[in-house]
Amino acid sequence: MIRKEAKLVEPLLDPKIPQKPTRDGYGLGVVEAAEKNPNVLVVCADLTDSTRNADFKKKFPDRFVQVGVHEQFLAAGAAGLALGGKIPFITSYAMFCPGRAWEMVRTNIALNETNVKIIGSHAGVSVGPDGATHQAIEDIAIMRPIPGMVIIAPCDAVEAKKATLAIAEYEGACYVRFAREKSPVFTTEETPFEIGKAVTLRSGKDVAIIACGPLVYQALVAAEQMADEGLDVMVVNSHTIKPLDEKAVLHAAEACDAIVTVEEHQITGGLGGAVAEYLAKARPTVQEFVGVPNVFGESGEPNELLRQFGMDAPAIRQAVRKAYKRKTQR
Amino acid sequence: MSHLSDKRIKELELIANTLRRHVIESVAHAGSGHQGGPLGMADVFAVLYFHTLNHDPKHPDWEDRDRLILSNGHTCPIRYAAMAEAGYFPVEELKTLRRLGTRLQGHPERIKLPGSETTSGPLGAGLAQAAGLAYAGKMDKKKWRVFCQTSDGEHEAGLHWEAMLFAGKNRLDNLVCIVDRNNIQIDGRTEDIMPLEPLRDKYEAFNWHVVECNGNDVEAVVAAFEATKSLFDKPICVLTHNIPGKGVSYMENNFLWHSQPFKPGEADAALAELDATRKQLKTELAKL
Repeated sequence: MIRKEAKLVEPLLDPKIPQKPTRDGYGLGVVEAAEKNPNVLVVCADLTDSTRNADFKKKFPDRFVQVGVHEQFLAAGAAGLALGGKIPFITSYAMFCPGRAWEMVRTNIALNETNVKIIGSHAGVSVGPDGATHQAIEDIAIMRPIPGMVIIAPCDAVEAKKATLAIAEYEGACYVRFAREKSPVFTTEETPFEIGKAVTLRSGKDVAIIACGPLVYQALVAAEQMADEGLDVMVVNSHTIKPLDEKAVLHAAEACDAIVTVEEHQITGGLGGAVAEYLAKARPTVQEFVGVPNVFGESGEPNELLRQFGMDAPAIRQAVRKAYKRKTQR
Repeated sequence: MSHLSDKRIKELELIANTLRRHVIESVAHAGSGHQGGPLGMADVFAVLYFHTLNHDPKHPDWEDRDRLILSNGHTCPIRYAAMAEAGYFPVEELKTLRRLGTRLQGHPERIKLPGSETTSGPLGAGLAQAAGLAYAGKMDKKKWRVFCQTSDGEHEAGLHWEAMLFAGKNRLDNLVCIVDRNNIQIDGRTEDIMPLEPLRDKYEAFNWHVVECNGNDVEAVVAAFEATKSLFDKPICVLTHNIPGKGVSYMENNFLWHSQPFKPGEADAALAELDATRKQLKTELAKL
């Protein structure tokens, strides 16, 4: 059942639940972070509105740095700004930064230990009609092997704002991926958020879903629906992919003995991979992976694409059944 | 040309000679590394560390220091040599170059070596960081300047031109980009690999000031850096025309000495030639 401590909205499955893109939460968060700390800057690569920096630009014109379509410079130049004592939030579509700028992120930001915040909007296939070129579904995979890099995928706009404020306070390189498309706002101001600390949203004993990003809501929908099938499904919001909350993952594996990971990202190298790498050492556990199955995205409406690539609630239910079956047949 | 006395200029030439010696010894001791670029840049580094830069070797994090970003990180043997001579760390430590556990990594790392300012190696990324740093300095109305040492070969990287546009747009006159125009890169001569000329015109077209000098003439280098102090409203490029391998005749202008291991006797021959130059410089200095 839904845990009261998670302080989610009620009723959770209301078809009219308010929806907002997670990038909106970033836009609110970065303004608040800038009000708190004069060193916070926004660096923008010709995408002011769509990366939700318009309010920041209006309120802090002197702290808004426009670099044009220069994603490599966005990352490398920000390392220099950070060396000068600033806390630059570098913003683009995830496909371009960290995508295009990966080596600068790795060498100039991470190895160089600079305090840069990488904001990747338009992550996932739910970018929709823009098609495969703009759908970043490899970003977690390219960021995970970078030592010290914090990686966060907020589940809704409220959590997105909290994540933005949290990384402003955190000393070190962080990457947060945001979505273009609206998704249900189901957490509240009271829902706990701490970098590196997963939140168990629903308790259960048969299968544990560990999810990140807006698909956490789809995981909750699937879990609620599966009560009818007699399956009691745990849902864990692992908003921080790195450092992975190993304690929470181990707890989920011990409580349910079967895991389903859910993410709007390639199955290769994402949250599922992080969970599997950890559990293979700590407690080998049956695991099913919901994510993009090693193909590129394509144009379409967000919901059509989530269905097409097997990441909607029905696909999650199917993965839960499979994990449960594998567990009971062992 | 410069305001320095003949004696001071000769002293800087002697320091450059010492730095060249350190380059040969440390790279020979490491068994790998780069010689051509570092030897060609020795005069520029002698001037930077012993004349131009406002810095304090005992306090590498001093807030008001000038920042020197080494973009072409592979030439770090010359920076390490200059830092050691200036007093950032003991000269003996140069023998740890490229060894396990050393602070003197094959390509420099900021966290490992205080005073190295940034981590570099992958080419074309230094000016971007220098421009970001200069922008932050301007925001805070700081007096310190940012110097960025670059190679000519790395001007082929797109990121460098992104940084040039940004610096020009923002009129970063607290930024000095030094170009080691030695005309060589790993695979051959720059104008064969990917022509850069007219390089001066390119900088000027990107809204930069350009000062040119013979980078192996200490007095000319001093004068060039002095000239940068009275240029405003635009970032400044100091185009230093250098001879790669300068000071060791069998290396001079031979692109193969961008980097190749010494064969037996080669390092000793180089050191003998540098010693002969040293004796001559000392004789000349004694007369001043």
